[in-house]
Amino acid sequence: MGVVVQSAAFDLAAEIAEFSGRVLGAGAVVTFTGVVRPEGGLTGMEIEHYPGMTERAIARIVDEAVRRWSLEDALVIHRYGPLKPGEAIMMVATAARHRGDAFAAAEFLMDYLKSRAPFWKKESRDGGATWVAAKDEDEAALKRW
Amino acid sequence: MIEVLYFAWVRERIGLPRERIESQAKTVAELVEELRSREERYAAAFADTTALRVALDQELASFDAPLAGVREVAFFPPMTGG
Repeated sequence: MGVVVQSAAFDLAAEIAEFSGRVLGAGAVVTFTGVVRPEGGLTGMEIEHYPGMTERAIARIVDEAVRRWSLEDALVIHRYGPLKPGEAIMMVATAARHRGDAFAAAEFLMDYLKSRAPFWKKESRDGGATWVAAKDEDEAALKRW
Repeated sequence: MIEVLYFAWVRERIGLPRERIESQAKTVAELVEELRSREERYAAAFADTTALRVALDQELASFDAPLAGVREVAFFPPMTGG
């Protein structure tokens, strides 16, 4: 299992290739990438986080996914700092013998990373910068698990 | 002494990312009351605690949680990761 919190960009293809290479016994690898949406005149995004708590919170979420589903491996990479529209913010990868477990665990990881990992997004536009408000549906999404 | 951390707009409203404070507060709610009474910028940041979350020693907690033995308290808005 891996948790990486970094400001630098990551190489998605290389990460997926390495992850897949580690889990040759798995029949299913699911990956998800979150990207800065280039819309609404967005010129950039700044992601703040809580060093220390961030890593612990994500590790706990990954542990919970491993407890619930039969996973061979899981990886979360999440960036912080300044990002440009179109850049990858984060990725999750899950590996399992069958795709059901891999898909469900990836969705679970995404739902929990949204509202239980201490990151805060600030969006910049020509008029200034504003903090992204948490959405009620993100909190509601946790109830299905 | 307790280490108090602020993130995102809470940090911006108060004007600093962290501070060490001497407090007699027994719960998070009492600490919030102490901070509110300090200065207008604190009162503004803590005006509506339903818009805030709190972590004690890097674990999410509630505002009625006790502070006994806690070294680090963090206040921040609901998280927006992913």
